[in-house]
This record gives sequence, C-alpha cells and structure tokens, in this order.
Amino acid sequence: MSEPNETPPPPDDTPVDLKAEYDASHIHEVLEKLDRELIGLKPVKTRIREIAALLLVERMRKKMALTAETPTLHMCFTGNPGTGKTTVAMRMADILHKLEYVREGHMVPVTRDDLVGQYIGHTAPKTKEIIKKAMGGVLFIDEAYYLYKPENERDYGQESIEILLQVMENNRDDLVVILAGYKDKIDRFFHSNPGMRSRIAHHVDFPDYQPDELLAIAKLMLAQQNYRLSPDAEKAFAEYIVRRMEQPQFANARSIRNALDRCRLRQANRLFARSGGLRKVDLMTIEAEDVLASRVFSET
Amino acid sequence: MMTNHGNRITQGQFSFLPDLTDEQITAQIKYALNNGWAVSVEYTDDPHPRNTYWEMFGMPMFDLKDPAGILMEINNCRKTFSNHYIRVTAFDSSRGWETPRMSFIVNRPKDEPGFGVVRQEGPGRTIRYTVHSYATDKPEGGRY
Repeated sequence: MSEPNETPPPPDDTPVDLKAEYDASHIHEVLEKLDRELIGLKPVKTRIREIAALLLVERMRKKMALTAETPTLHMCFTGNPGTGKTTVAMRMADILHKLEYVREGHMVPVTRDDLVGQYIGHTAPKTKEIIKKAMGGVLFIDEAYYLYKPENERDYGQESIEILLQVMENNRDDLVVILAGYKDKIDRFFHSNPGMRSRIAHHVDFPDYQPDELLAIAKLMLAQQNYRLSPDAEKAFAEYIVRRMEQPQFANARSIRNALDRCRLRQANRLFARSGGLRKVDLMTIEAEDVLASRVFSET
Repeated sequence: MMTNHGNRITQGQFSFLPDLTDEQITAQIKYALNNGWAVSVEYTDDPHPRNTYWEMFGMPMFDLKDPAGILMEINNCRKTFSNHYIRVTAFDSSRGWETPRMSFIVNRPKDEPGFGVVRQEGPGRTIRYTVHSYATDKPEGGRY
C-alpha cells in the first residue's frame, strides 16, 4: 500500500552531500579492508570502486526523487586459476549489502552440478531452487561455461541457462549473478550465448600476480595463521616463487597456499626432530630450511 | 443466522483480517525465515476445517534467506490455481517443535459458499452433527 508521493521534487539547486552519505554508508571500511587484504588486482579494485560510486550516487538520486531503473550489476570474473575470483565475489556480496543493493548479502556458490539435472524435467526445479536460495544475495557460478555443452544438443544445460537469463532480467532487484571462469573458455561460452553476454554489465579480468605480490600474499596468509617467515626464509621463499612460476600448472595464490602448507609440515617435522629447548617463537617461525627443502630447488 | 460475515473461512493466522498485501506477506515470511523455519506453499479446493493436508505446490523451501523467492512461488501458485485456497506454512524443524509454527491463507476463491450443518438421527434420538462444505458437492477441480 504505497501512498501517492505528495511532496514536490526538490529544486535543481538543492545541495547534495555526497561525502556525508559516503561516511554513513560504511563503504570506506569495506574498501579499506579490500585494499588491505587483497594484494594487487588493480583493475578489479578500480571496478569495485566505480560500482560503489555508482550505487552511492544512485542512492543520492533516489533521495532527490530522480528515479531511474536499477542498474544491472551482474558480473563476469575471468582470470587464471588462483587469482582470487571467489574471494572477490565473496567480498562483492558484502559490499553490495553495505550499499543496500542486495538485501541479505550472502553468497551462494554453485557449479554446473547444482543447476543442471540428470533427466528431463529435473533441471528447471533444480535451477529455480538454487535461484530462490540466492535471492537477496549473490549467486556465484563457478566455471560457468560448463553449463553449455555444444557437443551435446540434448544437454540440459541450455534449459538452465534460459531460466537464469529470465531471472537475471526480471528479478534484477532480487539477486546479482556473478559468473567466473578462465578467460578463453568464458569467451567461447559468451560467443555461443550472446544473450548471456548482453545481460552482464561488468566484465572484470583478473590479472596474474607478480612475484612480489605473491610474496606479500604469502606473508598475509601466514600472518592470518599466526606464523611468520624468518628473514632468511623470506629470501628463500622469494626465490621459491620465481622458480615455481616457471613450472607448469602454476595456480597463483593457490600454489602459494599449498607451498606454505608444505612448509608448515616441514617445520613441524623439524621441531619434532629437535629435542627440547623450544620456545614460543620457534612454533611461530618458518625457517629457510623449511622452504629450501622444496622440490623446485632440487630440480636444477 | 450468519455468524461468519462474508462467509470467509477462518483458518490459520490473520484469517479474520482483510487479505494480506504482498508487502505484508513478505514481512511475515521474513519473520519465519529469520527464525530459521522452512516455508512451503500449499493449495486446496476442499476447505473443510479437518482437511489438514493440503496439496503441496512444489517442495518446501529450505535454506532461503530472502522472501522474494517464496513470493515468486506464491504468485506462480496464484496464477495456476487462481480460484483455490492457497496457504503459506512455516515449518520449524528444531528439536522439540518439529511442527508448523505459522500458517496463513494468501489466496481465496472469489466466491466462498461456506458450510452447512448436517444432522444425523442416531439411536435413542441422539443427534450427530457434521459440518459440510457446499463447495465439495461438486467434483474436485470444479468446485470454485
């Protein structure tokens, strides 16, 4: 029951306090957290800032009774493995919630298995169930291109895509869809589904990390788990990163995390072998020898 | 004598109030979701008060965060069964409850004929009473 708006729109020269609105929205906390906890990813951060600005201005416009259609915020994240697509998507849900674009701010991560059924008539209810779960938040479809299998024309993925397209168009206020995947495969996917491409306003490309960025990420990961690298170990790890990057199947931050897990394993082993004389600092520090024992150093 | 004004059936919550608007329904569902209850949509064309089990319109919806999805289902159901009774039930699965905690009607037929009382002559001049819905005289599907 909406009552007709009796108040006349404010005059054109009404002052607009964007700064106060910005401070009130807590968005700077989220953006600062983003800067602090996500290393690198320049284009991604720029785009998030742009979106935040757009939503803020949109909110001011609404206050001034300048109605416009809600902006589409469906996004597509492309990038190599381990470049932080999922992490950013998770943040995105939080940011959009703070900006009051989505009502709940939760993220529902899904893959093809969650959306596509196994027999006729199974796909639609399955997809709809997921969509209902994601409403008020963000639906994150990882490796979205597997939804469409061109080699099998009876594949049910197409049905799922059609339902998604419909929801992306009609329920724009209710959920934000984020697709993610590797660049070339996503491009091919869009090529065969032009409708999907045109409904996504934001295509964000995640660049690969540089060695120094990876080192910063490693330190951040360790700090979160209450570990630290000794100065020697830090040098060794920088060397490790350079060598590891040359090897096949390098998955950016994910490889770093695995490497750190192995370092922790070696550190535990080393501490265990050492008899007595342990201090708290020993439990926290990863030494150069823990890093240097890695496979990449022996293969020279 | 007509005790129920307008012949509207009064089952579940809010049934003495005017029909809920979509915003009001959304607010009620939000309350259920905040309590972690699973919400489902059901319909029937047999409004007898002892008819507890209505037909399910789709599966009960678990793990939802936002009422928009449920409202979508309600509207789908209204489209399919525009002249049936539709109700929304919120089921509490927590230990010790395991029961519907909310239930309210969100759609009614345009014309509700109401109920009549049927008297049955029993042994020794006993009278047995039963409530009979006029609508159920017609076969299922053609009642409203």
